[in-house]
Amino acid sequence: MEDMNTRYARMAEAVVAGDAEAAAGLARQALDERLDLQAVIEQGYIPGLRRVGDLWEAGEYFLPELISSAAAMKAALAVFRPALEASGAAGLSRGRIVIGTIEGDIHDIGKNLVASMLSANGFDVVDLGSDVKADRFIDAAVETRADLICLSALLTTTMLGQRRVVERLRERGLRDRFKVLVGGAPVSRAWAAEIGADGYGENALAAVKQAAALAAAKVTP
Amino acid sequence: MIPVLRPKVELLSRDYVEKVIGEALGLLEREGVFVENAEARLLFREAGMPVDETTQRVRLTPHLVEDALASTPPSIRMYDRAGSREFTVGGDEVHFDPGSGAIRMLDSVTQRERKAATIDVVRLTRLTDACEHIHFQSTALISADVPEIVADSYRLYLGLLYSTKPIVTGTFRTAGFKPMLDMLAAVRGGAEELRRRPLAIFDACPSPPLKWSNLTAQSLIDSARAGVPSELISMSLTGATSPVTLGGALVQHTAENLSGLVICQLARKGAPVIFGGSPASFDMRKGTTPMGAMETMMIDMAYAQVGKHLKLPTHAYMGLSDAKIQDAQSGFETGMGAVLAALAGINVVSGVGMLDFESTQSLEKLLIDNDICGMAYRLLDGVAQRDEPLAAHLFDGIRPDTQFLTMRHTRKWYRIEHQLANLADRDTYDAWEAAGRTSIGDRAAEQARTMLAALPPNLPDPALQKELREIMEADARSNGGAGLPDLP
Repeated sequence: MEDMNTRYARMAEAVVAGDAEAAAGLARQALDERLDLQAVIEQGYIPGLRRVGDLWEAGEYFLPELISSAAAMKAALAVFRPALEASGAAGLSRGRIVIGTIEGDIHDIGKNLVASMLSANGFDVVDLGSDVKADRFIDAAVETRADLICLSALLTTTMLGQRRVVERLRERGLRDRFKVLVGGAPVSRAWAAEIGADGYGENALAAVKQAAALAAAKVTP
Repeated sequence: MIPVLRPKVELLSRDYVEKVIGEALGLLEREGVFVENAEARLLFREAGMPVDETTQRVRLTPHLVEDALASTPPSIRMYDRAGSREFTVGGDEVHFDPGSGAIRMLDSVTQRERKAATIDVVRLTRLTDACEHIHFQSTALISADVPEIVADSYRLYLGLLYSTKPIVTGTFRTAGFKPMLDMLAAVRGGAEELRRRPLAIFDACPSPPLKWSNLTAQSLIDSARAGVPSELISMSLTGATSPVTLGGALVQHTAENLSGLVICQLARKGAPVIFGGSPASFDMRKGTTPMGAMETMMIDMAYAQVGKHLKLPTHAYMGLSDAKIQDAQSGFETGMGAVLAALAGINVVSGVGMLDFESTQSLEKLLIDNDICGMAYRLLDGVAQRDEPLAAHLFDGIRPDTQFLTMRHTRKWYRIEHQLANLADRDTYDAWEAAGRTSIGDRAAEQARTMLAALPPNLPDPALQKELREIMEADARSNGGAGLPDLP
């Protein structure tokens, strides 16, 4: 049998190559062979994701590679999820996130990029899609006991709706229960501060870092 | 006399144009478009198209599209506020207007971006009104000092008050159309007169790939029925929300525009429609939407060529920049865009004044861009034959000390053949230094101050002002009732 290090290296390589089929195939194999899934994730897949981050930082990887790798990681994690949940193992979950594009806006490319990166990085992502009303974000966050709400807007005209979600959270007495992260082409740090959001992701990677920091800081009631 | 040749650039061969259209028609028939708006889906059903109510997907036969093309006017006549000056949107006519929908202003003093208020919108509108080479106004800036819900109608309100030019605008909510139409009709003295002499163009952006949101489809339907021209703004991002190749992006762009055009024609046969867009060469590093990229401009020019082939009026977002201040980048991106748009014969060119993708407007840039547009128009006028012969007679009896400054021929033609610089620096070094070593941004800021102090108010008559105010106040009242800011 192939030694474990070679196996881990192939898992990492599948993620680096953005090959979702190979990543999921190796995951199914690991599952069938009853390998220690926690070890497989941490020593196989995560190093691949880390390497992708390094390649991005070095300017060698661009968005098509980055997002394909995120998709490969997501495909592998999806294979493991039922088994991890059944065993009660922590897996990789870093928190639950409700994400969507704000009401009036059906552009969802930015939101999809962020959602992919969040999933790949171990967040449990509830994607509400686009054109989402303020209260629907909040209802979904309550129902799924989410930690974070991520609001995307592409248009200068719809970004104004991000403020509405924060206002509705306040009106419903739920502002302290969820952290709110905003993003989108026209969104700036100043805008996030103005509407009282907790964080702002300038791009998909920054959003993941922000989400990780916010999720870690959050005390779940 | 030899007729003047109008300079023109085309990027696509005829075969290529036809291939794009053929693939777009095939795409519409095979995959169709997503239409969120129930009324629009009903129109498609009534036209006999297969509509899936669950997925909201509509398939369009080539026959339906061709019918719609046949009933779309090849050109539109727009009129100014007084209803007297006419502008043709069609043929190879070129009209520049400020890039629309900015939420921020580049502050003239701090040179930093900030939120815009009523006073900024008024200043930008008044300056645009005074810019010779910017033929159309647009609701270019969103004022943050009114409730967000009425942001769409409020910007049109200010545009109609402070400018006489035809105006490019659009709705942010389905209920926004009514008060906006009421204001336009008030200016014209009735809905029928507005239909006869259009004053405003309404932008409607499909969401890539191939989706029409509830809001944008409603805008198409409402505009078509009111006889208000719709400008279709497909805005694909290459490799992200559309195919990555320029040719692939063109297919999607054409399919999106054609589907919008069909919605307009189904709502009312003969409705005026402009084949437009704001696509971008998606930046795979930054995830941004560069409007100043050469590939963005190439897509614009190419789809405009497709639009012309289909005998439609055309539009593009060109002559704007992704730079954050007035610098070399803001100048070269805007200059290239404006000149290329003019050479492509694009009828409505939105972009002047705009920086930072499509987020920010600047008074200084607007004035600099007015000069750029002036240069583009000069280019379009071409190299004319002014005399017969061209020049042989000017050299009769030439001597070593012959000069041309004192010739009547020079005096007759120099102002017509040549433009004097306005903001561009053509000083000697010493003169430039003596004048304070200014940049073009400094000079533009100074010119903006001077112009705003000297310009006549150009307001409509008091009765119309009052009527517009009443429509605007009623709209604000029915949307939560916050008062409107005082006007400067």
